[in-house]
Amino acid sequence: MSQIVVEKKVLNENQKLAAELREKFREHKILVVNIISSPGSGKTTLLERTLERWDKSKRVVLLTGDLQTENDAKRLARWGFPVRQIITGGTCHLDAKMIEKHLADWPLDGFDVLIIENVGNLVCPTSYDLGEHFKVVILSVTEGEDKPLKYPSIFVKSELMILSKVDLLPYVPFDAELAKSNARSVHPGIEIIETSSKGDGLDQWTKWLEEKLAAVKSGELVSA
Amino acid sequence: MHELSIVSSVLDQLDELKKQHEGERFTKVGLRVGELAGVDVDCLRFGFECVVKETHWEDLVLEIEQIPRRQRCPQCSEEFRAENWATACPKCGEVETVIIAGEELQIAYVEVEE
Repeated sequence: MSQIVVEKKVLNENQKLAAELREKFREHKILVVNIISSPGSGKTTLLERTLERWDKSKRVVLLTGDLQTENDAKRLARWGFPVRQIITGGTCHLDAKMIEKHLADWPLDGFDVLIIENVGNLVCPTSYDLGEHFKVVILSVTEGEDKPLKYPSIFVKSELMILSKVDLLPYVPFDAELAKSNARSVHPGIEIIETSSKGDGLDQWTKWLEEKLAAVKSGELVSA
Repeated sequence: MHELSIVSSVLDQLDELKKQHEGERFTKVGLRVGELAGVDVDCLRFGFECVVKETHWEDLVLEIEQIPRRQRCPQCSEEFRAENWATACPKCGEVETVIIAGEELQIAYVEVEE
């Protein structure tokens, strides 16, 4: 009996592809954001509201993942930015290979921001690096305040938490302060923006994207 | 839920490794899974059993080492186990400490019979 020391990441292949994507994004100076939440937290709605008010001189491109249907891509295409649906056919997350495949015939020149809307799931997408600069997690006020404690990994790995649907706060028994303090207890440095489809926080969110984009363009922000 | 994909990734890498070790029989694979890896260890074991069944990996034993989350304090260099997501430094109270272990999802070793 003998032992071979392997010491390799299980998702080595994904990691390698993610590194290639990252290099490509760096070359083209594109900001890449990976948006993750439970199903129904408002990922697509947030993106609709974002595109609606987005400065059209800065080109956004979107990839949106779901198990089935092109519904989200159709919703997002209305603002004239390029959108592509990734249908995973049952897989609970997006991986780097899917991103590579769907970007393969798209010239990245002239794009400024790539937004990836992951499959609605707080667990599996956490493990797959897509070459992004940032993960952004959305928690809506119709969920539990303890979600950051129940699903800590994604809150640890996200730069920003969006607390969505805050216009419903008067009608639901949700303690926003408790939710925020739970998020900060698992990730003390996490940034938090409160939003709603009625317009709350959207300026702050687009400003966040614009600041990160400026940092990518100046070379100040390089993802590792 | 993605534990089956994880199992396939492990077996793909073992198939690759096997090419460099012709004629040897792999008897055990050791994985290292951190508590932040987002992987359920019971699901992983169950998925593994399902996937290897009736394949050339049927007799392969899976051993999993679970790695607890550990943090380091940038102020006083204290290293500590972060239990219940309490990540503040127990020595000096610094709130923003750095993860040094617990994110692993690795194939650590393979045992072979020559």
